[in-house]
Amino acid sequence: MDIPRYWRLKNQRYLLEGRKCQACGELSFPPRLVCKKCKSRLSEPHRFIGRGTLYTFTTIYQTPDRFDAYSPYVVGLIDLEEGVRITAQLTDVRPEEVEIGMALEMVIRQIYADGDRGPILYGYKFRPILQK
Amino acid sequence: MRKVAIVGIGQMPVREHWNSNLRDLAVCALRDAMDDAGVQSLDGLTVGNMLSGALSEQEHLGALIVDYAGLEGVEAVKIEAACGSGAAGIRMAYKAVASGLMDAVGVVGVEKLTEYSGKYSTAALATAADADYETTVGLSFVGINALLMKRYLYEYKFDKSDFAVFPVNAHQNAVHNPNAMFRHKITAQEYAKSKMIADPVNLLDSSPIADGAAAVIVVAQENLYRYPGKPVAILSCEVGTDTLSIDNRTNPLWLAGVERSAMRAFKVAGLSPQDIDLFEAHDAFSIMTALSLEASGFAEPGQAIRFALENGIDIKGRLPLNTCGGLKGRGHPVGATGVYQVVEAVKQLRREVDEHILVPDARYAMAQNIGGSGATVITTILENMSGRS
Ligand SMILES: [Zn+2]
Repeated sequence: MDIPRYWRLKNQRYLLEGRKCQACGELSFPPRLVCKKCKSRLSEPHRFIGRGTLYTFTTIYQTPDRFDAYSPYVVGLIDLEEGVRITAQLTDVRPEEVEIGMALEMVIRQIYADGDRGPILYGYKFRPILQK
Repeated sequence: MRKVAIVGIGQMPVREHWNSNLRDLAVCALRDAMDDAGVQSLDGLTVGNMLSGALSEQEHLGALIVDYAGLEGVEAVKIEAACGSGAAGIRMAYKAVASGLMDAVGVVGVEKLTEYSGKYSTAALATAADADYETTVGLSFVGINALLMKRYLYEYKFDKSDFAVFPVNAHQNAVHNPNAMFRHKITAQEYAKSKMIADPVNLLDSSPIADGAAAVIVVAQENLYRYPGKPVAILSCEVGTDTLSIDNRTNPLWLAGVERSAMRAFKVAGLSPQDIDLFEAHDAFSIMTALSLEASGFAEPGQAIRFALENGIDIKGRLPLNTCGGLKGRGHPVGATGVYQVVEAVKQLRREVDEHILVPDARYAMAQNIGGSGATVITTILENMSGRS
């Protein structure tokens, strides 16, 4: 496993931390060092709340090797409330229950384990928000 | 700027070439193109390739291939732009010749995807996507296309089975291309029953991984008298880019990289979509064909399937599409694909394809090579030169 990458991305994977442009307020995730909108290089960390709606999704049957144990699983694009779209796995839901437009919230879950003795990668996934 | 032409082409059949290594595939295609052009030497070579490092433990292809091709000492570098590497190599040659820096430049696209298991190669192909934010959450390259197709079906209210028109057409044409990997027809019924890989993308939406090499020789039109080969003009060869990941695009169903590349190519060529007589589209997955037709200006957003059904994309149709089988039927040796597309378009304009797939009187052919899910796009427009003196 690529340990430095794992460590480097911890604030993104655990805290959903992107950037906020200090010149125009534009938000980015993944973090961008140059604002996509006004091209300013002044920005500060910004934590996303982690709620949004499902833009699209797919159920993956032929998985990359390291994800074999989890097959099949659902990956979606989620429109966050703050207006940024991100890619994540869905969890706590059966593939046949997933639909475009459903309300989702972020949780921290196991992404994959690197063999029996290797490190376990954790990170954000999204689950349906239960209707009250 | 000088006007530019392709004066020689070469291609290896797209297969699982277990008996050939990268360098031999590349050398054969390149020397065939040089023989076809009637040239003994080159001023430069660009090698289009994506995965030689990951799958053949071999980088540094430029120097390797000029050496084994008998072109010792010639300037040569590898160009990488994921699945768009091949046409990106043509773009580099085009710039070198148009600018006057070089007179004759070779381009060879080469790829070996069958050294390891299909699964291993598939994982390597996913490096075209964002490694930190797409691949590491379990998204495969097929999965990215599935996300797009799912949204397309939802937004434009099509049925999955409507997409059959694209792979059925590609296979039908591949039957008559001896260099194609899949020389058999498929039916809409077979498409509907095909195995799901990442819902809604099934096996018959997906181009096969394969090995191959294809080459072209690019020269200045003012020097055409020097070459015995049959020339075809490159009117334009233009690159557009977009975000690597689809989640960073405002409207993922609109391929802005395709739009940028195609609009630049039409502008430089002085043409519009209506002028194009045949189109070699990047049908790595059926959804890519639809999105490419739309962002290139052939069909309105959400109308690619209707365009295909109403105007016709077969050889006799209004826009013959993927006339030699496309990626789906010919096969998709990724870094070589963009060069195969251009070689096939050149063969069409030289009237050298099988009569069943020949587009009669074609004057303008367009080829579009896409890297990743639309992050690098190269559109090339070619013109038949037989009417010229
Ligand atoms: Zn800004």
